[in-house]
Amino acid sequence: MSLDLSDNLNLSDNDAAMLSGDRGEALAMAMRILTKFARVMGASELLDISAAHIDGCLVTGQSSLDLAEALRDRGGQVAVPTTLNVSSLDLLHPELYRGDDEPRARQLMQAYEDMGCQPTWTCAPYQLEARPGFGDQIAWAESNAIAFANSVLGARTNRYGDFIDICCALTGRAPAAGLHLDEHRLAQLVISVEHLPDRLLATDAFFPVLGFVIGTSVDTRVPAVVGIPQATEDQLKAMCAAAASAGSVGLIHVVGITPEAPDLSTALGNEPVAETIIVTASDVVHARDRLSSGDATALSTVSLGTPHYSQAELATLLNMLAGRSVHESIAMYVNTSRDVLGASGGIAAGLSDLGVQLVTDTCTYITPVMKPVTGVAMTDSAKWAYYAPGNLGVDVAFASLSECVESAVAGQILRDSDMWGGL
Amino acid sequence: MNVTVLVDGNASGPTFALDEPVSFWGGVDPMTGTIIDVHHPQHGQSISGKVLVMGHGRGSSGASSVLSEAIRLGTAPIGIVLETADPLIALGSVVADELYNKSIPVVVVDDFESAQTSTSLSIAGSQLLLQD
Repeated sequence: MSLDLSDNLNLSDNDAAMLSGDRGEALAMAMRILTKFARVMGASELLDISAAHIDGCLVTGQSSLDLAEALRDRGGQVAVPTTLNVSSLDLLHPELYRGDDEPRARQLMQAYEDMGCQPTWTCAPYQLEARPGFGDQIAWAESNAIAFANSVLGARTNRYGDFIDICCALTGRAPAAGLHLDEHRLAQLVISVEHLPDRLLATDAFFPVLGFVIGTSVDTRVPAVVGIPQATEDQLKAMCAAAASAGSVGLIHVVGITPEAPDLSTALGNEPVAETIIVTASDVVHARDRLSSGDATALSTVSLGTPHYSQAELATLLNMLAGRSVHESIAMYVNTSRDVLGASGGIAAGLSDLGVQLVTDTCTYITPVMKPVTGVAMTDSAKWAYYAPGNLGVDVAFASLSECVESAVAGQILRDSDMWGGL
Repeated sequence: MNVTVLVDGNASGPTFALDEPVSFWGGVDPMTGTIIDVHHPQHGQSISGKVLVMGHGRGSSGASSVLSEAIRLGTAPIGIVLETADPLIALGSVVADELYNKSIPVVVVDDFESAQTSTSLSIAGSQLLLQD
């Protein structure tokens, strides 16, 4: 027996006009792809979106360029304000690029700019001044940004990705399904960190590690995390990025902190708790250890800023360096956006003076901008730690920011044995 | 067995069942069809030319373009059998069809365990035949 997916999707007159080619070939192509996608989503209709974020501007192969150029060449123009994710190049520091795909990367970036997208080149569009608000229907790609938009901003997006992001941006429509709808935004299980020692909750590496634990535990479900006394946007960013790398996570309620979870019963929609996962200290330590890989011991590289560092994070880094330069044997990178860099005043210059290489428009784990990594690469990002071994073939030491800074200055891996409280 | 067709098509070949979900982006090399996620238990194995049986996709949102690129290059699985509908996986095949007139069938089955433990699978539209 076969279930027919095609019967359930009702198109508006405008959708049908786009699909038929009455509004031009680009919209017809975008709507063909979008309607097929919407049927797989189980949507009964499409809804209007107010913004889009595109992650198809990173070269992942010829097909990413082929689709962008096909839509551009057919006259495609975005229907809503659309920001662009990281690209394969750092246009502000072009000398860093060591790859051989620059012409194709530039073509791809140009195709999206030609369609009216804003050249923001950041994986943290929620750090831009104009960001979506509570309840806004949007179509965002980039897994960390999706989780942040849903969880922290209370905006509504499904887990969009390459191809469908631009189709939504061109048509101004998205499938009315999943996290766009109230009923799919309720928490389905509880993750309790109430029993963890306070000293663990206070370490700066806790949030990315918690995100990794969440990502590996919840699968596709929406969790409500209880027991976190306070969290900054930057800490929630690190948690969301890790969770969305390790699992298919699009929304995490943090009870008492995120907008749809003022209390647990609200997050659950007043339904009883179906399942509670109690996170133990050994779970956290196990997850932390899984984020480090390989046998190398000599430190050669430190990479921070995945997702792109905020103003506050750059300032913290500068403070932690406290006037000390990065050791001559270490290459230290910080990924951030051109927007944050432009507004950072003396902070970026201060970091450069101490030997920190700022990277903008892209990220050190997705494109060859770092010098060859001859030993261990250290990072404070669980997402970077997760992907860099596969993408770059490097050994990774996951660490707290303070461990990264002290190691970069000393020229060797320094661990803070007190930080995890002997765990 | 109930079969829901996400992307229509035909494929017949050996089963490759994933022990854990894999993120195509960062987890599969489209040039070779090899699993490159070092955290994955089947790291180093090839999914090329097989009928891939996986619960659902995982992780980063670049899955579709990696799959469409693998389809373009001929390194992709010849078909994908899922436990739950995964729009990002289906999209990779939809776009490869739009751009290159090449696609692979993607289906969801209710008796996922039988698909997982099969040695070979044939997808023909909404028909799924398996060999133990």
